[in-house]
Amino acid sequence: MLDVVLHILRRDLRLAFRRWSELATPLIFFVIIASLFPLAATPDEAQLRSIGAAVIWMSALLSSLLALDGLFRADSEDGSMEQLILAPAPLGLVVLAKIVAHWAVSGVPLLVLAPLVAMSFYLPLAALPELIAALALATPTLSVLAAVGAALTVSLRAGGTIIGLLILPLTGPVLIFGTRATELAALGESVAGPLYLLASLAVLAVSLGPLIAAAAVRTALE
Amino acid sequence: MASATHGDHFGACPVLTVTSLEVRRGGIGLLRDLSFELSPGQTALVTGANGSGKTSLLRVLAGLAVPAAGRIDWHGKTPHRLPPEDRGDIAYLGHRDGLKRELTVDENLRFCRSFWKGRGAVEPLIAELRLEACRHRYVRRLSAGQRRRVALACLRLKPARLWLLDEPLTNLDARGTDVVIEWLGRHAAEGGVAVVSTHRPQRLATAASIEVAL
Repeated sequence: MLDVVLHILRRDLRLAFRRWSELATPLIFFVIIASLFPLAATPDEAQLRSIGAAVIWMSALLSSLLALDGLFRADSEDGSMEQLILAPAPLGLVVLAKIVAHWAVSGVPLLVLAPLVAMSFYLPLAALPELIAALALATPTLSVLAAVGAALTVSLRAGGTIIGLLILPLTGPVLIFGTRATELAALGESVAGPLYLLASLAVLAVSLGPLIAAAAVRTALE
Repeated sequence: MASATHGDHFGACPVLTVTSLEVRRGGIGLLRDLSFELSPGQTALVTGANGSGKTSLLRVLAGLAVPAAGRIDWHGKTPHRLPPEDRGDIAYLGHRDGLKRELTVDENLRFCRSFWKGRGAVEPLIAELRLEACRHRYVRRLSAGQRRRVALACLRLKPARLWLLDEPLTNLDARGTDVVIEWLGRHAAEGGVAVVSTHRPQRLATAASIEVAL
């Protein structure tokens, strides 16, 4: 069964790099949103530092929404999803493989870009490892939530819009603990508490999310 | 009510048994009291007007949808409850070909082969289906007929005993049609079972053992 997962992972990664514009759009969106805040608010260093954590996490959250709709829609439209349902592996595992691929192309680049954006908000260099750690724990949860939303709306024509309405309220805890971890890191204090909570959310999401998304996909395609 | 007309068969025990099947879609009853059975080496031709439930029947047989009533028995198991390790025994080719547009023909076929732990090599299939010229072309650049050929090649790579083909002749030229008929014959000769829906029953009549008219 592991080889089935690896085949799906490899194919989805290859497809993601072939659709490079879809890959780049959320990342460019992330940088643009973060860059607009100083224009709308203030270029003052102290104020930018105080809003930096919130801006980075909101930008990450909003940009991750852009990559959601394609998670199952392309497979549903070209008939691949029917073949994946008949795959010689549990559908939950197949969905997990697709989530991992989605995280690799949407979450991992954020881990690289976020410190650069953070520096433009005058966040101390010492806080960057904690920011990366918080994002590394938060982005899998966001990818799982994205998968659940995409699965629930796969058969709807305007699914992309509805996913945002479904998913954004659920991302509240990730936003709260992620922002708190970044703020504490900027103050030079321990970030263990929020990181543990983000890790707990990630474990919960990765354990249950693929099963919920698999059930939703199966129901939608019946 | 649907009817099944039996032709010749080998007299072996049936491996696919459909009993009093009822299928509903969107609250509308499509099939009612449908029964037929297939033994190894038999092919059922499913015929009927648009909207008569041909695709729904194939999807239910594949385990992609659940029947409203009745029973389907494939080697003693219900398709929609097949354990993952047995799912490779059923190959389904629907209206949509299941190919990735951003991958080349070769990449799609190699994925099918490795994903399904397929039998045979990719090269002979490419030659048989006259896909040599577009082997390294992206599927999105192929004609509908060429895409159908690639989808059929994927089907052939899957080591399945039950083939469920929804309008397999769609977009195919005369040569492609002949290949499908030949493959159905070969599959039956190897003891495989097939259920094929079609609007062109006269073209597939030679490959069919029974006709299921919806």
